[in-house]
Amino acid sequence: MSVVQDKIAISESYKSLFEENRELLNDGSSPLLNRMRDIAISRFAKAGVPDVKNEDYKYTSLKPAFSKIYKHYFSYREQEVDLHDVFKCDVPYLDTHLVLLVNGWYYIRNQKIGNLPTGVIVGSLQQIAYEKPELLQNYLNRQAALSEDATVALNTAFAKDGLFIYIPKNVVVEKPIQVVNLMRGNGNAFVTQRNLIIAEENSQVKLVMCDHTLSSNEFLCNTVSEVFVGEHAVLDYYTVQNQHNNTKTINSTFFRQEANSNLLTHTATLHGGLVRNNLKVTFNGEHAEANILGMSFTDKNQHVDNYTIIEHAKPNCLSNQLYKNVLDENSTGAFAGRIHVARDAQKTNAFQRNNNVLLTDSARMQTKPQLIIDADDVKCSHGATIGQIDREALFFLRSRGIGEADARLMLMNAFTYEVVQNIRVEPLRDRISELVDKRLRGDLAKCHSCNYECNS
Amino acid sequence: MLTIKNLHASVEGNEILKGINLVVKPGEVHAIMGPNGSGKSTLANVLAGKEDYEITDGEVTYEGQDLLEMAPEDRSRAGLFLSFQYPVEIPGVPMVNFLKAAVNEHRKFKGLEPLTAGEFLKLMREKKELVQIDTQLTNRSVNEGFSGGEKKKNEIFQMAMLEPKLAILDETDSGLDIDALRIVANGVNALRSKDNATIVVTHYQRLLDYIVPDFVHVLYNGKIVKTAGKELAFELEEKGYDWIKNGDV
Repeated sequence: MSVVQDKIAISESYKSLFEENRELLNDGSSPLLNRMRDIAISRFAKAGVPDVKNEDYKYTSLKPAFSKIYKHYFSYREQEVDLHDVFKCDVPYLDTHLVLLVNGWYYIRNQKIGNLPTGVIVGSLQQIAYEKPELLQNYLNRQAALSEDATVALNTAFAKDGLFIYIPKNVVVEKPIQVVNLMRGNGNAFVTQRNLIIAEENSQVKLVMCDHTLSSNEFLCNTVSEVFVGEHAVLDYYTVQNQHNNTKTINSTFFRQEANSNLLTHTATLHGGLVRNNLKVTFNGEHAEANILGMSFTDKNQHVDNYTIIEHAKPNCLSNQLYKNVLDENSTGAFAGRIHVARDAQKTNAFQRNNNVLLTDSARMQTKPQLIIDADDVKCSHGATIGQIDREALFFLRSRGIGEADARLMLMNAFTYEVVQNIRVEPLRDRISELVDKRLRGDLAKCHSCNYECNS
Repeated sequence: MLTIKNLHASVEGNEILKGINLVVKPGEVHAIMGPNGSGKSTLANVLAGKEDYEITDGEVTYEGQDLLEMAPEDRSRAGLFLSFQYPVEIPGVPMVNFLKAAVNEHRKFKGLEPLTAGEFLKLMREKKELVQIDTQLTNRSVNEGFSGGEKKKNEIFQMAMLEPKLAILDETDSGLDIDALRIVANGVNALRSKDNATIVVTHYQRLLDYIVPDFVHVLYNGKIVKTAGKELAFELEEKGYDWIKNGDV
């Protein structure tokens, strides 16, 4: 079969899957979700699964991942064990509101989330879209529909459930909300998860999204999250990806910021076979600020690709991106960051930096900054480096009696220190710093938080 | 303590050290002087174990061991210390963490338990006074944003923390004003004992007013061409290095 036919064959197979299961998809879902499906599936079928011929996926072909056969779950599947017993969060001293999702579905046996401020809603997207559509109707798919990414359209076509969070105007949620996305099954599984997060005017919330795998089968996860940050709202969005190497994850997150809002995103990829993070920030009001941070640690044949788009649509906004990657063995990585400053977005400050360390000769990193500036009074900068461990520093540490392995570890920790330091939740910062150290020592080779240790 | 015999070393095929001979005994201070490019820093780096150099001939014995066979960290644990001419900045490695790791590695080597946090802080306080280093500096990353003088003081501070048997000071005086020079020299002198030795590598005589050497060696073109007492330093200061370059020794 030729390459072109192959590509068509994959998208056709998803299209027929969609048509065959149309009733199941609609069943129990809100019309809000169902009415988006038709356009989405045809957009997906037209574009096909992204491969390297697509400029945005130049360094990451998704075709091999999509060519495999997976089980799809079009309705909630009860777990035979209590996930609270199987999964123990490994972040001690981190006092959070804990929410579990399993294979993209809101976990039915979630323990009641205590002490949330009045009006705050944390729950199942499917259920809330059905019961309170008025809450979602001005938000759902308002960002994702603008994406040209076929995987986002595919998510929209198949989306049934995921996480919904609503923080009303003027409400501050002090404790972080920790969302644990668990993958668990007994056959190779395709997971579609759709999240919607709304932080209204002058509200504040910190979200910690943790991705874990609890069984050794292959997963292909296609997650789309839309986040709305209202005027004067402050939102922290931490992602910790720690999945086994048979997992392929496409994680598309859209942020829309209103005037004077403040956003911090922090994506830590500790483990995962293939990870593609699409992150888009759109400034929809003036004087908004976004700090976008990321770091990844890869070895074996892992591949991590961070793709960002910052849309400076309004004047006087600040965006600051910092991504750092440490690549070991035969792993590969990519970073592509596009900053677009619209014609009238004067006084924009947009900064971007991507630093990478290759620990072996066979590790590879591709980095591609893209600045499109249509305004004339702006401050924008970008920088990218790919290097090795600093030999002078290594010798200095060794000359003081620190062994080579420990000295290297110190320097790798130091390399990502800058990224970790930006975490605004102190216990989380300490904890992530510890996880990074463990990861660099190789102690995270098995999935960290799972009692099954299937990947060890 | 240290015996260097016919040491030859080169970088990328260029021979820098062309047969160095030197014997250092406990309690002694040796000054190595010489014009720029004579091989002073190369000698210091080779002794500390920097990998950029190829040893083509000769041997170095330190405390009965073949020094050239030892990894840099093992040399350090065995009591050898190099104060760098150009101390490196390491953003992201806090001074405290780095020093604690180094001190505890040295203790482990001696079969001692690691210091508790309290003991370590106490030790650090004592040693900080010795070199009059600003407390703020030890709360920062290694050498990050330090001035030239602060970096040199920091080297002597590390030396005080590690209490080496053989300290090699590579142009520790360069870029220091006279006050800082005195502080650094006083720190070095306070650490001297009959059991340890110091090699002072310098271009100028001034430091030797404060750290008085037992021997002065002149290194030129990769060889020690003259050895004498401390009076040689004054002679060099007065006449410059030209009389040595001209072979008039």
